[in-house]
Amino acid sequence: MSAETPLSQVVAGSVIGGRLVDVWVYLSTTPLLGLAVTLLVYQGAFMVYRRSGFHPLANPVALAVIALGSLLWATGTPYATYFEGAQFVHFLLGPATVALAVPLYEQLPRLKRLWLPMLGALVVGTLAATVSAIGIGWALGASPATIASLAPKSVTAPVAMGIAEKIGGLPTLTAVLVVCTGILGAASARGLFDLLRIQDPTVRGFALGTAAHGIGTARAFLVSEEMGAFAGLAMGLSALFSAVALPLVAGVLLRWI
Amino acid sequence: MIPALATLLVCQLLGEALVRTLAVPVPGPVVGMAGLLLALVLRPAWLAALKPTTATLLQHLSLLFVPAGVGVMLHLQRLGQEALAIGVALVLSTWIGLASAALTMAWLMKRVAPPEPGHER
Repeated sequence: MSAETPLSQVVAGSVIGGRLVDVWVYLSTTPLLGLAVTLLVYQGAFMVYRRSGFHPLANPVALAVIALGSLLWATGTPYATYFEGAQFVHFLLGPATVALAVPLYEQLPRLKRLWLPMLGALVVGTLAATVSAIGIGWALGASPATIASLAPKSVTAPVAMGIAEKIGGLPTLTAVLVVCTGILGAASARGLFDLLRIQDPTVRGFALGTAAHGIGTARAFLVSEEMGAFAGLAMGLSALFSAVALPLVAGVLLRWI
Repeated sequence: MIPALATLLVCQLLGEALVRTLAVPVPGPVVGMAGLLLALVLRPAWLAALKPTTATLLQHLSLLFVPAGVGVMLHLQRLGQEALAIGVALVLSTWIGLASAALTMAWLMKRVAPPEPGHER
């Protein structure tokens, strides 16, 4: 501010500045800000995703997480403060899981016909992902808590966090690894399935839901309703199977290594 | 929309209550999903009332993972220290999971599933 600035303006400026600080202090402690920013940033990320022609590498979750993380870091906002607002979005994971019953119901005739191949894929896929995550983590010298957090990463977030807690992992780290797995799976599934010459959308969807839970399912719904329904089914069944089997399998493996 | 939302929440609530009462290690929402599926089988007419809301919710499933993902902030140090092990384990085990599930299902479908009527592939 230059020396010629009239006193009244300086006073007005600092009053407005002071008020802005007050407003910031108020807003940063209400859930409103975290919630609004989450929706805005996700909407922006989704627009980038759409602009890219839904390219798997422009995954909106990845873009939104990077943008929000940077924003929190830049403003010095602790994650716990942000989560007070974002928890309302996080909460919807529960009702959304229940909602998967609708596409499932619509695919019921095919479900009845394919129950055995799906059961096989579910058991093999879930166990292969868990055992390989534990084995690779162990072979490359990850700490026990990290290995235990890696083990349930193919399962949908709320379930995976529960499993991690049970086998000595860190639930919040597991949540992050779950999201990374989902993004990775959603981004690379098309290339991998083409390489393996898997064309059937029911198989593609089911495998995506087994290995990459809800983010894989979101990707599958974008490709087709049919693929999405099978991905959602796999995600639900894998949550059910993993909740029962993984604490046992991972528990035994973790004690053994 | 309100009846649909209420249905979803009640299913989740019943799921949570059941899981806690029986002390089984299954997540409440998954039991809720099974319950809603059963309800739809018994009352197919509910589908029309539920569909618009569930379709909207599932279309934006990705959004719901964002708050948990931002939690990466809490673990930057550990992720940095163990970057190689975590990175390799993440990528390879995701591919192994995808490939083994897809190959198993495709193989079993050829073996045991009867071909879909009027739907040759």
